[in-house]
Amino acid sequence: MLIHALRRIGRFGFEMLSSMGRALRLLSSALIRRPDHRNIPLIIGQIYQLGVLSILIIVCSGFAIGAVLALQGYTQLVRVGSESALGLGVALVLVMEIGPVVSALLFAGRAGSAVTAEIGLMKATEQLASMEMIGVDPISRIIAPRFWGGFIVLPLLALMFSVVGIWAGSLVAVDWLGVYSGSFWSVMEQGVDFFDHVMKGIIKSIVFGFVVIWISLYQGYDSLPTSEGLSKATTNTVVFSSVWILVLDFFLTLMMFEL
Amino acid sequence: MQSLKIEVLVGVFLLLSLLCLGFLAVKVSGFSLGKSNDRYLLYSHFEQVGGLTVRSKVAISGVEIGQVLAIEYDQETMNAKVTLEIDSSISSIPSDSTASILTEGLLGSKYISISLGAEDQTLSGGDEIFDTQSAVILEELIGKFLIEQF
Repeated sequence: MLIHALRRIGRFGFEMLSSMGRALRLLSSALIRRPDHRNIPLIIGQIYQLGVLSILIIVCSGFAIGAVLALQGYTQLVRVGSESALGLGVALVLVMEIGPVVSALLFAGRAGSAVTAEIGLMKATEQLASMEMIGVDPISRIIAPRFWGGFIVLPLLALMFSVVGIWAGSLVAVDWLGVYSGSFWSVMEQGVDFFDHVMKGIIKSIVFGFVVIWISLYQGYDSLPTSEGLSKATTNTVVFSSVWILVLDFFLTLMMFEL
Repeated sequence: MQSLKIEVLVGVFLLLSLLCLGFLAVKVSGFSLGKSNDRYLLYSHFEQVGGLTVRSKVAISGVEIGQVLAIEYDQETMNAKVTLEIDSSISSIPSDSTASILTEGLLGSKYISISLGAEDQTLSGGDEIFDTQSAVILEELIGKFLIEQF
């Protein structure tokens, strides 16, 4: 009985280690290679697939979140009569936390799962194997462009998210609730520092982009070539990405914003 | 044809996100390049800086001419030493000018207002504004008012 339990734990450990090894091997073989100029159109295609097609969901969510932040912040701040700090609050929260985190979560759901499903299906229908047969390296043709596309795109989407959110916040606060627009913008400008806040938010979203696209590629490439395997892989992509984003967010915040 | 459309859209996407970065830099965080190069520093000592913070604005007649670079406690004079960063295009501040800490609006942020003096001699980099007026602390005012009442 005890032996069985121990064996199960041991097997779990083996599986985890070997899957980590496979993930690292996939990443290193996608990254460590001679740059190939023929890949640039492929990367542009991926920026379109992963980035341009995600703009709509990013803009809609950014707008809604910025508006609700302004609304919630206003009801609290107006009680102490300091609604002029509303712009600062909305901008800081969006630029440092919600912009990078929520756009990464949306990116994992919208683009990450699509990448996993695409590669998993390529594997299940043996397209990857047949590419290898005709002498085309699937890592450089399929994996690497998706990696670079996702890596480039997420920080840009997070920037858009923050900007749209701040704009929506100003719409709600200034145009609807009647906060004085001068103090809304000038308190924000005074309190937000480019290197202290904006850059740190961008660094966060760069890390998230790396992690999300890596998980998506690995889950697709490593999926079992069955319909259950594929569904499990897409689920894993969204679940693992979301958990990693939130956990990493805590540690990145701890590291970058000294207490 | 398909690839042309994709490339154009990607180009628009990249430009849009650059614009967003620019918006965050200029409009949200007030970041501007090369501004610190053509600026000079002035010092002044205050009894009480109240809620003045680094990067608060410095203004003459309400027009912004610079910002607060540093606030520290000076052990020798036993009060607060404030370093002001003034735009070099504003070169003729008389040496007997007064620096006072005022509040923007009733509960707004603190800023430094410089009221000009009459001296011919002007301040240049590294000089000190000797005549200062400290921040008004609301609690102290209320305290004084209460004492006068009784």
